[in-house]
Amino acid sequence: MGKKRYCMPDPQAAITDELLMQHIDHGSRVIDLGCGDGRLLEKLRDAHGCSVQGVELDLSEIFTCIGRGVPAIFMDLDQGLSTIPDDAFDIAVLSQTLQQVRHPAAVLSEMLRISRRALVVVPNFAHWRIRQQVVLSGRTPVTQALPYSWYNTPNLHFMSMADFRELTGRLNVRIVHEIPIIAGRSQRRAWLPNVRAESLFYILERGDADGSSASA
Amino acid sequence: MANDDSEFIPDDDSIGFVETQQATLFEAPDKLCLESGVRFGPINVAYETYGALSPEKDNAIFVCHALTGDAHVAGWHDGETKKPGWWNDFVGPGKGLDTNKYFVICANVLSGCTGTTGPSSIDPTTGKQYGLNFPFITVGDIVKVHSALVEHLGIKKLLAVIGGSLGGMQVLDWAARFPDQMAAVVCLAAAAKLSAQGIAFNVVGRRAIFTDPKFNGGEYYDDPEGPRFGLALARMVAHITYLSDVSIEDKFGRRLQNSGHLKYNLDQETEFQVGSYLHYQGKRFVERFDANSYVCLTHAMDYFDLAEEHGSIRAALEKSNANFLLASYTSDWLFTTAQSLELVSELVKGKRNVSFVELTSSKGHDAFLLEIEPLEQLVRPLLERTRLEIAAQQKTADSSGDNHDG
Repeated sequence: MGKKRYCMPDPQAAITDELLMQHIDHGSRVIDLGCGDGRLLEKLRDAHGCSVQGVELDLSEIFTCIGRGVPAIFMDLDQGLSTIPDDAFDIAVLSQTLQQVRHPAAVLSEMLRISRRALVVVPNFAHWRIRQQVVLSGRTPVTQALPYSWYNTPNLHFMSMADFRELTGRLNVRIVHEIPIIAGRSQRRAWLPNVRAESLFYILERGDADGSSASA
Repeated sequence: MANDDSEFIPDDDSIGFVETQQATLFEAPDKLCLESGVRFGPINVAYETYGALSPEKDNAIFVCHALTGDAHVAGWHDGETKKPGWWNDFVGPGKGLDTNKYFVICANVLSGCTGTTGPSSIDPTTGKQYGLNFPFITVGDIVKVHSALVEHLGIKKLLAVIGGSLGGMQVLDWAARFPDQMAAVVCLAAAAKLSAQGIAFNVVGRRAIFTDPKFNGGEYYDDPEGPRFGLALARMVAHITYLSDVSIEDKFGRRLQNSGHLKYNLDQETEFQVGSYLHYQGKRFVERFDANSYVCLTHAMDYFDLAEEHGSIRAALEKSNANFLLASYTSDWLFTTAQSLELVSELVKGKRNVSFVELTSSKGHDAFLLEIEPLEQLVRPLLERTRLEIAAQQKTADSSGDNHDG
């Protein structure tokens, strides 16, 4: 359809899926925003007995989802999620997609409107390799985790761990867990995560009514 | 001519020659209780089937036709040489609804005019055509007849019901009314209710028929002319709603019919090609459709309101465990994407299995009849997957049955 893909080819997709699955309870009702071919949702349905729903912008991916028995809705995250009712899900998943949407803050808020909990995986643009490339070559970095040139990247936003924390504070979103992914593995108590993590895995919930959003 | 007809060979990829069949249902004392409260029967149903029913009877798909469709979905009738069934590109061997795999059924709707009991049928109590003495019919009444036909054919559960427009309304009503009768629901270019704009166009269509001097309160069957001008006008107006601004522009633009320049002559009713086209559509329609049926079916369409009947769309559909698939088309302004999304939203709220796509097309509401390729890409995996699910459920049921025996 000529539109950009929300589910970017991710060498660490399998690892990320495993991590996501570890944090989704059996029998949960799960929505995956940018579900791609429905791989994660299929596993959640079959292995965890979850009730699943995909959202995807690429028609051919939706055809694949349907063939897997994963229900999928054609929707552009940039147009908002107004079709999805409040509190319709236990968990909303957004894996390696937040940096590609036009309004990340709006998408995060919408996730916590439609679900109790949001699981978000974002690339960390403050990784030392990226910092090194920028400083040494003076060019927009291209790494294994971010294999795009500036002119063909689907990534519209470049955030770090520190940036993401700041946004959750503004949105009154509570960080339940913050897990750096280093060398393809989740490392809960990592040294210098904002420098060493290539991606970050967040579990988010709505902040308290009084506006406090203490980080875990 | 007769020789030409007998030598006609259907195109290779169609299902070939087919025949319409008849069933008589709702004979006294088991008459159908209509939503209006009237008890009505017997009802003759004209239907066609394509492909073979599997021994497990798990491969039947029911196609619900739209406002002016009929039971003749695919293939050719004997003597028919110009046009095959109305969804011939989608239904046939190796096609979207693959008749090598599936048993496809379509029936003319109650109050229609192509074989199923309708206003042009003979009222057994008077020996004359019903005319407007025909009872008021709703989408629910139409669905009850379809459902009874499926039972009559010995099929407990359909693999899928599929339909667009008024056919899509039937599909939704069917899922609400008989939630256990199908494993998949495919609703194309439809909505939980007709918009006020849609009703408005139907009002104009009926006005054209009622004000035709030959309409005579619906008693025109002895008149060889009948209300043909009114019916043609109704069709011309409706036909515009099935197209889009882009599709009309692409097809005709401002091109003139007979000459290269405007004539500045007030007597000249149609100079533009688009006008001739609409007149032609009206004329063709009158040859095949009954004005009273048109009145009945547009009323049925106007009355349809899934939420009103069941309290909410969610309440209507949450009893169904079917796989729902909805599709809308970007240029359809009669049944909009927003209307499909309303259904999607309610289905998500009700935790149903729902897939939805908005397909890009410039062809307006008619897109569901014309854009065959994306429809195939959607429906094929749905049917294959649903059939696997049924087989798996059957296996589980069988093995738990074995355990009981043991």
